[in-house]
Amino acid sequence: MISSGLKLKVVAVNDIAPSLRQLSLASVDGSALPPNGAGSHVLFNLPGQGRVHRNAYSLINPPGSRSQYDIIVRRVPTSRGGSAAVHERLQLGDVIEAQLPANLFPPQRRARQHLMIAGGIGITPFLSYLQDAGVKASGYALHLCCRESEREVFAPWLPAGDPQVFFHWDAEGHRLDIPALLARQPAGTHLYVCGPAELNQAVLDAAQAQGWPASQVHSELFGAASSGGAPFEAVLKKSGQSVRVGEDESLLEAIERLGVAAPCLCRGGACGVCVTPLLEGEAEHRDHYLSASDKAQGRLIMPCVSRARGARLVLDL
Amino acid sequence: MSIVFKPDETFRGDYSYRNSDEAILRFPFPFPDDQYMYSVNMEPHQPKGASAVYEHGFDVDEHYIAECRDKAITLERDPGRCQVLPHMQMAEWDTLELLMDSLSADYPEHFSLSKTGTDFGAHWTWINRPLGIEQSFVFGDAATLPCGPFEYITRQAQGDFAICDQREDNLFLDAGMVTSQADWSLDFNVGMSFMQWHGPVPLAHQAGVFERALKYLLMIRQGQPVRRLNWTMTVNPRLDTAPETFPEWGPDRASLTPENIGRKLHLRVELQTLWRLPRSNALLFPIRCYLASLDELVRVPKWGKRLSRVLATLPPPLAEYKGLSRFLPTAVAYLAAFDDGSAISKGTEAETAELAAAI
Repeated sequence: MISSGLKLKVVAVNDIAPSLRQLSLASVDGSALPPNGAGSHVLFNLPGQGRVHRNAYSLINPPGSRSQYDIIVRRVPTSRGGSAAVHERLQLGDVIEAQLPANLFPPQRRARQHLMIAGGIGITPFLSYLQDAGVKASGYALHLCCRESEREVFAPWLPAGDPQVFFHWDAEGHRLDIPALLARQPAGTHLYVCGPAELNQAVLDAAQAQGWPASQVHSELFGAASSGGAPFEAVLKKSGQSVRVGEDESLLEAIERLGVAAPCLCRGGACGVCVTPLLEGEAEHRDHYLSASDKAQGRLIMPCVSRARGARLVLDL
Repeated sequence: MSIVFKPDETFRGDYSYRNSDEAILRFPFPFPDDQYMYSVNMEPHQPKGASAVYEHGFDVDEHYIAECRDKAITLERDPGRCQVLPHMQMAEWDTLELLMDSLSADYPEHFSLSKTGTDFGAHWTWINRPLGIEQSFVFGDAATLPCGPFEYITRQAQGDFAICDQREDNLFLDAGMVTSQADWSLDFNVGMSFMQWHGPVPLAHQAGVFERALKYLLMIRQGQPVRRLNWTMTVNPRLDTAPETFPEWGPDRASLTPENIGRKLHLRVELQTLWRLPRSNALLFPIRCYLASLDELVRVPKWGKRLSRVLATLPPPLAEYKGLSRFLPTAVAYLAAFDDGSAISKGTEAETAELAAAI
């Protein structure tokens, strides 16, 4: 249905390992949540110290869940605050805002087989894959690389005794031989990897070396184009006003907040209606409309998606 | 919100279809300017907008019963108008859920839905009063429905529906229910990619319209559907203008005269919406068809003038592609009488609550 955001309430908190906290969240008013898809994530607004952290976590629910969303959050030692907020401050009953699920890592519906390689907490998107009817029907294998002591941590979400789930850890005889695994896959297999950068890169390199088609290799990427970024000042020369564009709003939204009428249509950087002359400042172009030379010349900007590269922009509005 | 259905209208044979005054006033007139050109004219599909047809996610109007009957006739004659590739089963259920949830919420006097649960395996009961349907079934189990879930629900909704699988940074037309199309073939196009099925459209490729549109579509999010309008013209209020039945409707293009063109020539507007489906991550693409004759449209004075100017200045490649060439001069001459040349405002709003007298 049509909606722009969710208000969720924490209904369960489980510490499943020293650095892993599992949360369940339901709709504040008890209504059905939008259904999730395998591999989808939700962007949460986590209350920090004097600011809001926006972090995305994979949903580990069976696809189509509408009564609650389940996530597992790893405590990141170098965290800017999002995971610390979850581990140290979030409590049962707390209300947090979130966006509807989005999916940058869905299972490929025409795959003959799904081969999943996970590193540690990177297993989370695959926990929903394993509960997807289409994935189960096509056939799959999941290889989890983790610490030996962590093998049991994810057991509640893995099919009991599933012969297609394999564990690997850093000890003689138990390491994952990535090239050998990839080399024995039948044609039509789709490969998915989600884990720390080192693991992802090792798998992608091995796949490329063996000639896997790029269209059959998938890795999890959070943080696609969003309207957020560093805050900056926008000066509207014609109307003589200026506004501070916050990190969680687009330039267009800040202009509208001022009450200035800025033409727009698609709000996604594609249609060209909001194109605005840029008088001063350097733009960070995130649109699909301006030509490469327009972007290089820097005299036009699309406020619905683009931002400033520096501290200030002056627009002819 | 009381719809007065006209169940006995026909879209073939005697073509008894007509628009009531209310239907004319809510028509999604597509021309905001005196000249027309292709553009990426997508906008958020929100209830507010220039036409009442945007009020609900899936619009139901006075032609609902008759249109569903015409769809059933077309399918009986040509089952190939509904095709679903095997890997699209999850998208089928996503579509059924979206339509049933939306119709029952937006038109409670006409549609009801009760569920024992929201997951696969739950028992649902769907009631469609205008069509006299009551169906209990298991959500996720196609054996409990009279036909596949996509076919089942799209038979009970106005307009065409396509489902695109999203993969390889591209969209593939992997399922469709297509019985009111403007001269394209599902059987020919099924399985094609976005650029492939748009291949025949003139001028738009050079302008980069499709590259930008594809990038935009790939980013559509659940809960934030978008929409755009497309248009062409049809002789007689005929929904089934498919390539497969061209012999039945094509010759009508030569049947127009200055005396009958006002009644017979229709503006055909497609309200195209796009919805991200949750479990399958596919894109649902409904194409809702609205028909109004020239004589009906000119009863809104602004629309008469605007239509006259758009047709008089239409680039020949577009007129050719849209199949208008044979009768366009006659239409332009007919509409000239309704254009006094005065300035009219940009935008598509009717700007009147009363229609001029019927022609």
